[in-house]
Amino acid sequence: MSAELRPDQAPGTPASATPPDPRPEPEAATGFRLAAGRFTRNRLAVAGLVVVVLFVLFCFVGPYLYHTDQVHTTLTQVNLSPSAKHLLGTDAVGHDELGRLMYGGKVSLLVGLAAGVLATVIGTVWGAAAGYAGGWVDAVMMRVVDAGIAIPALFILLVISAITTPGVFGLIVILGLVSWLVPSRLIRAETLTLKNRDYVLTLRAIGGSHTRAITRHVLPNSISTIVVAATFQVADAILLVAYVSYLGLGVQPPATDWGGMLSAGLTAAYSGRWWLILPPGLAVILVVCAFNAIGDGLRDAFDVRGRG
Amino acid sequence: MTSLLYLTRRVLQAVAVILVVTVVVFCLLHALPGGPARGILGPQATAQQIAEFNRAQGLDRPLPVQYLYYLRTLLHGDLGTSYTLNEPVSQLIAQRLPKTLVLTVLSAVVGLVIAVPLGMWQAVRRNKPVDYAVTALSFVAYATPVYFLGIILVLVFSQILPWFPPQAPQGDTVAQVLSDPAGLVLPVTAGAASMIAVFSRYMRAATLENLSEDYVRTARAGGTRQHAILWRHVFRNSLTPVIAMLGYYVPVLFGGALVVEQLFNYPGMGLLFWSAAQSSDYPVLLGCVLVISVATVVGTLLADIVQRIVDPRVKAGRS
Repeated sequence: MSAELRPDQAPGTPASATPPDPRPEPEAATGFRLAAGRFTRNRLAVAGLVVVVLFVLFCFVGPYLYHTDQVHTTLTQVNLSPSAKHLLGTDAVGHDELGRLMYGGKVSLLVGLAAGVLATVIGTVWGAAAGYAGGWVDAVMMRVVDAGIAIPALFILLVISAITTPGVFGLIVILGLVSWLVPSRLIRAETLTLKNRDYVLTLRAIGGSHTRAITRHVLPNSISTIVVAATFQVADAILLVAYVSYLGLGVQPPATDWGGMLSAGLTAAYSGRWWLILPPGLAVILVVCAFNAIGDGLRDAFDVRGRG
Repeated sequence: MTSLLYLTRRVLQAVAVILVVTVVVFCLLHALPGGPARGILGPQATAQQIAEFNRAQGLDRPLPVQYLYYLRTLLHGDLGTSYTLNEPVSQLIAQRLPKTLVLTVLSAVVGLVIAVPLGMWQAVRRNKPVDYAVTALSFVAYATPVYFLGIILVLVFSQILPWFPPQAPQGDTVAQVLSDPAGLVLPVTAGAASMIAVFSRYMRAATLENLSEDYVRTARAGGTRQHAILWRHVFRNSLTPVIAMLGYYVPVLFGGALVVEQLFNYPGMGLLFWSAAQSSDYPVLLGCVLVISVATVVGTLLADIVQRIVDPRVKAGRS
């Protein structure tokens, strides 16, 4: 992270009425170009990107090429084995399983992406506020994070499933609220080092507000940490989405997601119809691996600390 | 002196975290449909019964006052009474927790015993095919939902190859559970898989870092064999950060146990929790959340302290 003060914007030159903005734009841009170069040379990360793009095409464009009815049950076509007509067979209410894989993938990808981004946003705000405030505010805010980490997410999700059945939007909010803790720690650590940099101290000295210091300097300079954290967060969220149906929190039929297909296919798998669980299971694994590979690639490219 | 100061600070922090956990559970208690009265009187209680109960128990008082009452009952070890099993929650948990600990500790031990040498091997063979293969496998293991892995294990190693029973040991006591090792193989494997993935990554990174240290170069220059350097020096120094991570991994282990116990019908705390969720047995649900969170906080604290004892280089103030 090259976020040093440029010599031509040295402190103590209050010529203009508006405070000078010593953010090193051109250097940051060069940094991003270098990072992009390093990222594209990482074959695993590029492969991850390709997998994600293919799955997005499969789930969002696929249904236009491969028409199936995923809303109405077809009771004459239940529990069929894979055949030329139904490449992956049909489920217990007659939905074509390949079409369902596309249909469920939409929910898994959208909910995972939204929840991952939401978690990163909450974590960023919380972590930046705690790190920047310091002192007892920081101590209290970070004990809240510790407590959140101490309560296993799966247990909280199961308690929530006993209380309510959320829709897709509610699910995104719940998943975001249980998974913002790790990014908040990363952003706090980043903020702690950034808030004492010369350009932040300079801004404060010439009368810039705390808000300005955070929004114009701390957060823009943490952007690579935030992007890397968000990528891992999306990977974890997609994995978590696969758990929620199993825990009884999933989207309601006829809607489904990969986790819902897995739980629905459980008993079928035990009686030999393994093709009902293998495709959604492999889809979850592939997409989560892909996002983690992208995260690893971004982390190395930006040279920031992140998950091991 | 500084050690004592550090210890005091860490313990105080842990107490603060536990207090926050009780606040969270207290909030959940009040987020229940019908509030805590419904939780204690059960789903059949009438509105009048609830109102009477609220008056009698001081539940019509301001929330902060109620929180202090709640804290007082907790300090007496009172977690409420399960209204489906009609037993004190603390007693239920005391019966089931040891079995869950057997499962989680076995998973953790198996996970570490495999992950640590694996990570070191990867570090020594860095960027060789072996390293790439293990990395790929650990990516897959990390990305696999525990219940999906469990189903696959049962299908392959119980149905196709009839090697292990598909159900975990059903004994009431820990000794009975341990007397059926074959039944434990699949649940422990499912519980250990993601741990192997995560900890082989940590161990690989830690070993690589240590291998580039001056003391390794010095030992090599002095003629110490690679094998001795690795096991006598690098192993110990790489293990300490990994031990610290173990503390943070406790919630993941418990989360895994929740799924594994349900999947393999293992009567531990996870299964207790699971059935409580199906019957909306809120006292049991919240009691389990509280106990597991406290266990996690204590686990993290112990890991930090052990790390400090084992590695004198670790500085305080690493909060």
